[in-house]
Formats: sequence, C-alpha cells, structure tokens
Amino acid sequence: MREVAIIGAGETKYGEHWEKSLRDLAVEAGLKAIEDSNIYAEDIQAIFGGNMSAGSFVGQDHVGALIADFAGLAETKIPAMRVEAACASGAAALHAGYLAVASGMYDLVLVGGVEKMTDLPGNMATDILAGAADREWEVFLGATFPALGAMMARRYMHEYGLKIEQLALLPVIAHEHGSRNPDAHLRNKITVDTVLNAPMVADPLTIMHCSPVSDGAAAVVLAPAELAKKYTDAPIKISASAVANDYISLHSRPSLTTQVATVEAGKRAYKMANKEPKDIDFVELHDAFSIIALEALEDLGFAKKGEGIKLAEEGELNLGGKLPYNPSGGLKAKGHPVGATGVGQVVEIVKQLRNEAEGRQVDGAEVALAHNVGGTATTTVVHILEVM
Amino acid sequence: MVGIVTYGSYIPVYRIKSEEIARMWGDREDYPAKGLKILSKSVPAYDEDAATIAVEATRNALRRKHIPGEKIGAIFVGSESHPYAVKPTASLLAEVFGAYNAHAADLEFACKAGTAAMQIVYSMVKAGMIEYGLAVGTDTSQGQPGDALDYSASAGGTAYIIGDRDVIAEINHTVSFVTDTPDFWRREGQRYPSHGGRFTGEPAYFKHVMTAARMLMSKAGTEPKDYDYVVFHQPNGKFPLRVGKRLGFTKEQIEPGLLTPYIGNTYSGATPTGLSAVLDIAKPGDRILAVSFGSGAGSDAFDITVTDEIEKFNRDAAPTVRKMIEHARYVDYATYLKFRRMIVEVDE
Amino acid sequence: MVVPRFWRERRHRYNLIGTKCPVCNTVYFPPRNVCPKCGRDSVGKMEEFALSGKGKIYSYTVVHQNVLGYKYQKPYIMAIVETSEGPKLTAQIVDVDPEEVYIGMPVRAVFRRISEDGKAGIIQYGYKFVPDWDALDK
Repeated sequence: MREVAIIGAGETKYGEHWEKSLRDLAVEAGLKAIEDSNIYAEDIQAIFGGNMSAGSFVGQDHVGALIADFAGLAETKIPAMRVEAACASGAAALHAGYLAVASGMYDLVLVGGVEKMTDLPGNMATDILAGAADREWEVFLGATFPALGAMMARRYMHEYGLKIEQLALLPVIAHEHGSRNPDAHLRNKITVDTVLNAPMVADPLTIMHCSPVSDGAAAVVLAPAELAKKYTDAPIKISASAVANDYISLHSRPSLTTQVATVEAGKRAYKMANKEPKDIDFVELHDAFSIIALEALEDLGFAKKGEGIKLAEEGELNLGGKLPYNPSGGLKAKGHPVGATGVGQVVEIVKQLRNEAEGRQVDGAEVALAHNVGGTATTTVVHILEVM
Repeated sequence: MVGIVTYGSYIPVYRIKSEEIARMWGDREDYPAKGLKILSKSVPAYDEDAATIAVEATRNALRRKHIPGEKIGAIFVGSESHPYAVKPTASLLAEVFGAYNAHAADLEFACKAGTAAMQIVYSMVKAGMIEYGLAVGTDTSQGQPGDALDYSASAGGTAYIIGDRDVIAEINHTVSFVTDTPDFWRREGQRYPSHGGRFTGEPAYFKHVMTAARMLMSKAGTEPKDYDYVVFHQPNGKFPLRVGKRLGFTKEQIEPGLLTPYIGNTYSGATPTGLSAVLDIAKPGDRILAVSFGSGAGSDAFDITVTDEIEKFNRDAAPTVRKMIEHARYVDYATYLKFRRMIVEVDE
Repeated sequence: MVVPRFWRERRHRYNLIGTKCPVCNTVYFPPRNVCPKCGRDSVGKMEEFALSGKGKIYSYTVVHQNVLGYKYQKPYIMAIVETSEGPKLTAQIVDVDPEEVYIGMPVRAVFRRISEDGKAGIIQYGYKFVPDWDALDK
C-alpha cells in the first residue's frame, strides 16, 4: 500500500442554491479541486462520488456518470462511481478513493460529494433522510431521523445527568465558528437561549440542535504521497482512513450513549496513523444532531464517557482552546448536504492544515481528525490528516 | 350445549363529554344528559378503527380462555364502519389469530350486525360444522357534526367465541324480527348517515325490539321476572329504559347492561358490549335476555343462561367493561374532530 | 400503490413475531435470518418466536416534524421499548400524554393502524404500545 495525499480541494458554498442543480454543484466543486491541484481534468484517472439519495431528492441516479459527463470527462472514458453510506457517503467515497490510490491502481483520483436537497419540501426531505435508518422497523413505525437522535439524547441525559442547556453549547460553538466561514450555510451567531427556545423537532431536540437541509458539493484530488509535491507545495497526507459499521437500528444496539462504530473506526484510525487523541490539533465532528458530536468526543477518546460536555464548558472546543471543534461551523452551521458533508469536512481540514482558513484558522494545526457518520452512527468513517 | 365459551370487549380510552358537544353547537348544557341520558361517549384515537377494536376485543376474549387459531372455524364481524368498503375485516382477524381455515365474512346491518354474527356462529356450532366460532360486533360509528348523533355515535366492540364445550353461558334460544323500515341509512359514498328523526322511535326501535323480545319469551316460555338481567340495544340512555318498562322489566334488570350514558352508542358493539358487562358480574344460573336493534330494521333476541363453568372461567384475565369505562381520558371537540378525521386532510 | 412490501411483514407486525437463535437462545426482533452472535452456525435454523408485548420504555421522544403519513398524529410519542424477552424495538406510545411518559415506564403492545397508503391505498396495521396501567397500579 502506498501513502496517499490530497493535492487539491474545493467546495461550493453550502446553502439553498435555488438556481443550481445537482450537476452544477458537483461540477463546480470538482473543477475547483482540480484547479487547486494544478492539474487538468483529463489527468483524472477515476472518480468516486459520495451521494446519499439523488434518486429520491431529484429523481437522478447514475450520479457518477452524470458528474463525469458534465465535468467534460465523457471523452476520457474514466471510471466514475457513486458511493453511498447515507450521511457518511462523502467520507465513504474518500475511503474508496484512498484505497484506489493506495493500491497502486490509479495515481490521480477525484473524490467528490454532492447533495441537492432543497428541491423538495421539508417533510419530504425528512422522509428521505429517514431512509438512513431501518425503513421497515424504525421509520415505518413513525421514527424520523431527529426522533432517533432525540432518543439518543434522552437516554444520555438519563444515564449521565446531562442538561439540555449544556448540550446546547455545541450548536452555539458551531455557529460561532460558522459565522467566520464564507462557505457556511448559516452564519448567524446564537446563544444557548436561541437553541432552547427554537421550535421543537423531536423533544428534547429543537431545530437548533439539528443541522439544516443544505445543497452543496465538495471535492478533493488524491495522489500518491511520493508524487504529491510534483503538484503542490502543501500536500496533506491521509494518515488514516477507517470505516466501521454497527447495527443499523438504534434499538438493536446495547447502548444509545456509546457509538460502537465510532469507537471502532477511531481505534483503527489512531492505529493506522500511529496517533493518539492527544496528537489531534482539532476535529471536524459529525454534528447532524449535537448529541452525536457529544458522544463522538468521548468515543474518540477526547473525554471520559459522560464528561464530553466539560470540554465545551471549559472553552476547550473554541478556536484557541485545546481541541477546536468544527472550525468550519460543522454540519450545524456550515450545513449538511449529506453526500458532500464527509468530503467537505476534509476540505476544511486541508484549508486549516495549509494555514488558509482565514478568520477561523486553528493556530499551528498539523494533525486533524474528521468524523463522518451515516445513520445513527451506524456507519462511522474517521480520517486523520496531517501536514507532510 | 351451545353457547359462549369466552368473551372480551374493548372500549377506546378517549371520551368526549356531552356538555362539550353541547357547548360546540349551542345546545343547552343539560340537554344531552336529560334529553338523551348521555353524559359522555367514547372516541376512537386517530389510529383506531373497527378492525383494531375487533382485534383488541378478541385478544381480551382469548386472554380469558385461549382458543388456538386452528380451532376457530368461523369468523363473522358485524360493523357499519368496516375500514374498507371492499376488503374484509374478518380476514384481518383470521390472520392475527391464525384461523386460516375459518369461514369468514363481514356483516352489516346497522347496529345489529354484531348479534347477527353471533347467530351465524351459533348456528354453525349447533350444526356441527365448526368447533368454535368467533363473532364480533365492532364500530367507530359516525354522526354528522351538530346532529343528535354527534352526542351518541361512539366506538367500541365485543368478541364472543361460541362453542359447545366449556360453555360459560348457554344460548337457549335466539329469534329475529325484521321488516323494511328505513329509519336510518347511509348511501354508498356518503360520509355520514342520515336518519328519520322521531321515525327512528316507535315504528323502528320500539316495534322491532318489543316484537323480538315477546317472540323470544313466547318461544322460551318465559316472562320478564324470569330474567336476572336484560340488555337492550341502546342508541341513547332513554330508549332501553322505556322499552324495558313497556315490556315489564325493572330498572334493576336493565341498568347493569346499560352503558350508553357513559360511552355512547357503539352501534354493532352496543348489545354485545352490554351483554359483556352483564357477564362480567353474572353468577351461575343467572338468566339473561339480550335484544339488539339494527336500523333498516330488525332485532335479534337471545335467551341465555349462565352455567357453573363461569366459576372456573378466568374472567380476571381481561379488564371488565366497567373498568374500561372508568379508565377514561377526556378530549375537547377539536381533538375529537382530529381523532375522527373530520379535519379535511390533504396528502403530504 | 405499495402492497407486497407491507403484506410480507404482516405476521411480524400483527403479533410481534421475531426470531430466536436455537444455538445461543438469543431472541431477536425484528426477525433475522442469521444470528449476529452465532453467524454461520445459525443459518437455516432461526426459529420464530412471539414476544409477549410487555416491556419498558428505554428512551423516548415527542415528534413534532413527522415522516410522511404521520402529519395528523402530531405531536406523537416515539419510543425504544425494551421488551421483557430482551430485544428492544421502536414503536409509538399512544393513549397517554407526553408529560406522563418516563424512561422505565411499563408498557404493553396494542394493535393499531400504523399508516395508510393515501386515501385510496392499503391501511397498514401493527403494534404500538400503551402504558401498562395494571403494572403501574401495582
């Protein structure tokens, strides 16, 4: 296996892109990444695209072929395939792209992620996203995705005495950081009261505990680490790419407060990168619901079980703290175009590690971790990246 | 001996008070209590229908005495609110209870479809065709908002397993009386039923109930004083008392089986559930007269004797009708409309 | 209109029929063809097993933004119920107000309409749970 590096990254702004289609978004992000890599589109040898549900959101499947075609690559006849792992589709695509380069099969691989979510009314989007859970035995019976997140939160509160106003600190931090990111969907700063007084989605989670429905796309170009400097002065090494899966249904798991898939993916990633939690300078965690990120802080080894929120209370998750959390704004503020999210987290990390995250730069960051989850932490993908 | 082997009822937990309905329509607050003798009525939750009520009533019956599905040879379900216009409720029950070899069909005869089901199943047992049969009367009846039926049309049901072994209440005789009397009806495609107002009284309810009751007593050689309890169809709280008085029954005989003042008229469920309330308290040797009435119009009458077997019978394994009546949660008129799907719903 | 997708699960949904692994005796709901503990040893051997319908609330929420088909039930209570036989399952809790519900509340299964395929399609039936008032009274 060869070491793999990212030589270029790009993304669209996340948000409600009324005038842009699925293909517009994907091509925009892909071309930005290619341009950033100082290569030409024709140099790309394979494309792996993360996308959860274009078939439901816009009635379009065969997304890999569509994007390659409209990126102007139909004449090159390169392979282009979609990778799907619900909201972890983006990071899963990166895992696939990583393997493709590490194996020696391809040298230059484009990994993209895209979701066009706002063409449908909110209740239909809610229904499609619920497809990340077990349609027959959770959703059929009335569970929405936020309902499952809410049951995780309720159980966590029951087991560890967490107060909902404590959990509200995570979205507050996410919005503080998102306000500094020009690509973020939501750039308003909020307070704990904003979170608590927002409309209820699934008790105890208000809409401000939940990520927005966003359109967007993100892309990176991968190359073998040994060739990376040929293209860029600042390649970013993928030190670890690890995936783990758990039971798809929340009810099938022994615990709602420990994400076994996150624990496992984390362990594999730390081992692969030869790193420990203390080596991580900042994190991009999957905060589709604040509770998922809180549990992940613990499951990835940054805090003891039940004590993750102390990091937020002590200011350690803010820029300037010990473990800046979601400097991009996270899914909560930057947005959550589901198929793009996992790639977008890595785009943020690339910017940070290149010291290009103007206005929200994590000082001296050299190693970062991205945590992207599909379903209720059914699939967890962890990437560790570092400067070369 | 052919008769009731086990029985069970189900009444939804939700109620609306008559005074809340009166408030809605500007009626005198005491009109329903005085004029109709209805204090409250049961309201099916949004996710309840005649089929779910039938399943829960049958489950209660089987909790008291388990009859395996393969021994249930017939399933007849009487209702005027079957969830489908075409597609049986009886087949759903067959599936739930594993009675795949049952003779099964749905019946409709306004409020007497439940007792009609009992007669069919009774006759099949008596003919030796089946070992056990399931008869259910169940309804989530509809009344036009603002109509007198708004006070009475309610939801509930009762299931009887009829057989010839371990009988807790023997059916001694059963007769019917039927004429073409359109006192109440609903045309295909119409959401709510219509009725003939005061025409539903004398020529309809009273004539049919009294004729059937007298036919039965004549056949059985009995008179009112021979019965410990009498159950009449109960479209409101007044009619059963009045018809009973005219036939020579006392309040004491009628009241144990008179439920409409508390839960309204459960239509096909009404006479079966009144009988169920009586069986909840009956002792060996008690004699019961039960007379249903279905608009359109007809009455089924039953002469029943409780057996010694009821002493061994596990009555406590399911809630009594009175207990279900006590377990009530009151809703306002807006919630009632939501539960009854009377708010105009649009597809999502 | 969708029919077979719901029809094939009817027995499991009407009577809470799951499966039991004869190798390790673990009960599963919903049914599984392979026991996650015994793997290949369990293939072809999983047995049907009906749950009693008794259980306790393990976690719950009140849903204000619904999946399709639940619009007119809002707000409604969803829970993960830990059944007395072991498996946890996801179901609606009905006939109770949200403020009365708590983790650990004893509940029992009831037969209800789950959803319907529009106004002209098939009505789906299955399990929901209500507070087990008998157990609560004791």
